[in-house]
Amino acid sequence: MSEKFDAIVVGAGPAGTSAAYVMAKAGLNVLLIERGEYPGSKNVMGGVLYSHQMREIIPEFYKEAPLERPIVEQRMWALSEKSVVSGGYKGLEWAEEPYNNFTVLRAKFDQWYANKAVEQGALLINETVVTECIVENGKVVGVRTDRPDGDIYADVVVLADGVNSLLAKSLGFHKELQSNQVALAVMEVINLPAEKIEDRFNLEPNQGATIEIFGDSTKGILGTGFIYTNKDSINIGVGTLLSGMIKNKLRPYDLLDYLKNHPMVRPLIKGGEPAEYAAHLIPEGGYHAMPKLVGNGVVVCGDAGQMVNGINREGSNMAMTSGKIAAETIILAKQANDFSENMLDTYRSRLMESFVGKDLKKYKDATHTIDKYPVYLNEYIPAVNKAANEYFTVDGVSKAEKQKKIMKSFTEGKGMLGAIQDIYRVWKVMK
Amino acid sequence: MHILVCIKQVPDTKIIKIDPKTNTLDRRGVPAILNPYDTHAVEEAVRLRKRYGGKVSVISMGPPQAVAAIKKCVEIGADAGYLITDRAFAGADTLATSYALSKGIERIQKEEPIDLVICGKMAIDGDTGQVGPGIARRLGVPPLTNVKKVEEIDLKMNKIKVHRKLEDGYEVLQSSIPCLLTVEKDINEVPYSPLPNMIRAARFQPQVWTVNDLENVNREQLGLKGSPTVVGKMFSPPKPEGGKRIEGTPDQQVKQLVEVLFQEKRELFVKGGA
Repeated sequence: MSEKFDAIVVGAGPAGTSAAYVMAKAGLNVLLIERGEYPGSKNVMGGVLYSHQMREIIPEFYKEAPLERPIVEQRMWALSEKSVVSGGYKGLEWAEEPYNNFTVLRAKFDQWYANKAVEQGALLINETVVTECIVENGKVVGVRTDRPDGDIYADVVVLADGVNSLLAKSLGFHKELQSNQVALAVMEVINLPAEKIEDRFNLEPNQGATIEIFGDSTKGILGTGFIYTNKDSINIGVGTLLSGMIKNKLRPYDLLDYLKNHPMVRPLIKGGEPAEYAAHLIPEGGYHAMPKLVGNGVVVCGDAGQMVNGINREGSNMAMTSGKIAAETIILAKQANDFSENMLDTYRSRLMESFVGKDLKKYKDATHTIDKYPVYLNEYIPAVNKAANEYFTVDGVSKAEKQKKIMKSFTEGKGMLGAIQDIYRVWKVMK
Repeated sequence: MHILVCIKQVPDTKIIKIDPKTNTLDRRGVPAILNPYDTHAVEEAVRLRKRYGGKVSVISMGPPQAVAAIKKCVEIGADAGYLITDRAFAGADTLATSYALSKGIERIQKEEPIDLVICGKMAIDGDTGQVGPGIARRLGVPPLTNVKKVEEIDLKMNKIKVHRKLEDGYEVLQSSIPCLLTVEKDINEVPYSPLPNMIRAARFQPQVWTVNDLENVNREQLGLKGSPTVVGKMFSPPKPEGGKRIEGTPDQQVKQLVEVLFQEKRELFVKGGA
């Protein structure tokens, strides 16, 4: 029999690498298996990495990690066809240690992070696909890879194989993903000189901005667009529920093209040179779609466990926290030499008590409600734009009359009661 | 049989670009890979080990990051690895490189005699194909270049029989061993490495030597100092201009193409062709 590890981690993304790092640091013999050419080569996200959860693992990561810009301004756009209502927050305290979040390019960041796990003693193997878990007597005892002599054994297997985890599925932890449980995000990295980015987004060097775009960026399908500033490039993308895309027969790159050519967006990226194109699924099923997270000798982390908060565009931080808690649980399990589901369930209960579980629970119905009632995107966002236009246009109409007109426009066709119902419905799922 | 393979870490030239303004290589963000010809050299060594027994070592001269290329060789199946790395080697051309490598090989040789040295035909960044023969000369062994098949090795008689690729065929050649081979890509196919090799490679650390670890080294022959080569100019080859687009249905296109070939490019056929 080939050698046995304390733990095998499948997938070197934020969840898997965090788990491998924490376990290796505690002296466990860890094998980290990545299917890509290198960690990050197959990983995609819009690009915002949160500082807090990263600091819990590597306290001063920002001194050495390949980061793009610390975000000092977060804008929200309610986009209409020819107008936008925007809000946001800019705070220079975010430009200082310990920072709030950063833009990152995953190909660089994930590679760095995985190397930190290797420095702690984890063994990293790239270009290797785990095809199934090896199960003996109802217990996961290792994994089978696509390589010759490819079986390898461990006390615990951490499944951090990303959204649409085929490994968790093959263990019966979840069913086939439904098209309304995943978003398809497409994005481009557009090269643009740093000075241009700083001019266009009103930034100093080493400051970044993010824009989240609701409304016309997704042609009324549930989803959002985003524009994030890197050092000398911009990430622009759009993510929508797969079900909406299918229903409306939309192709993802058409949506991205539409956003790139939107009159409010075009000037920001003008003259840029497209450098990369990426597409990826994002778990959006939330709390209701979470699979079974723990079995005998196995735990599920990160995207594989549907740990994404679509409302606040958080995911990689949840992945890191889940990887960390899983690792801490496995370290205890190792001390007790007990890798049963019962023992490993500590991971699940601690996770659900953490912000990961709490936030997923809080927004458990948000996505579905907004998806089910398209009025929010199709009617209210244009109405808000119209209202702003009405209010700010000086045309000799009195302000009182304008306000009356605006109120009327919100209740048009559904009456005051209908509008209140709409507001209550959203309040209920977001409270 | 102890087989030593000389390998090099190179920028992936599929991705590399030439900066049109400065005419220099733009290496930014270009991943470093094991020179593709060298993967075949290592694979051939591993196959010969399977056939005749023994051990496969690899050696490389390069910066500390070249450890990654040596690990790749362990994935393919190499047993031992040596990296010679020193500022004194920096800026070496093929002359200085083959000198430095031969000094490294002499050091390995002292510990464990070498029966066969294998190199890739050339590195994809310089495309010169000079280092292999350069090492052979310095070691005083016969160089057999452009090898596409090792037919057999007779360890009792110290003989090797190989096929050398020529422009219009191949020649079968017999040589004494020790000797040095440089190999073509068609010598073998490199299979997907088994998992135990991957795990071994992930743990593997090569022996690292600086210039002080090598013996009888004339420092004047190392690095930039020992490199008479001067790069006069670098440029991207001009894009071919002119040409003619043939339109129409596939049948019409074929007809037109045949006409062009026979009428306008008659000389290609009259002279007997290439």
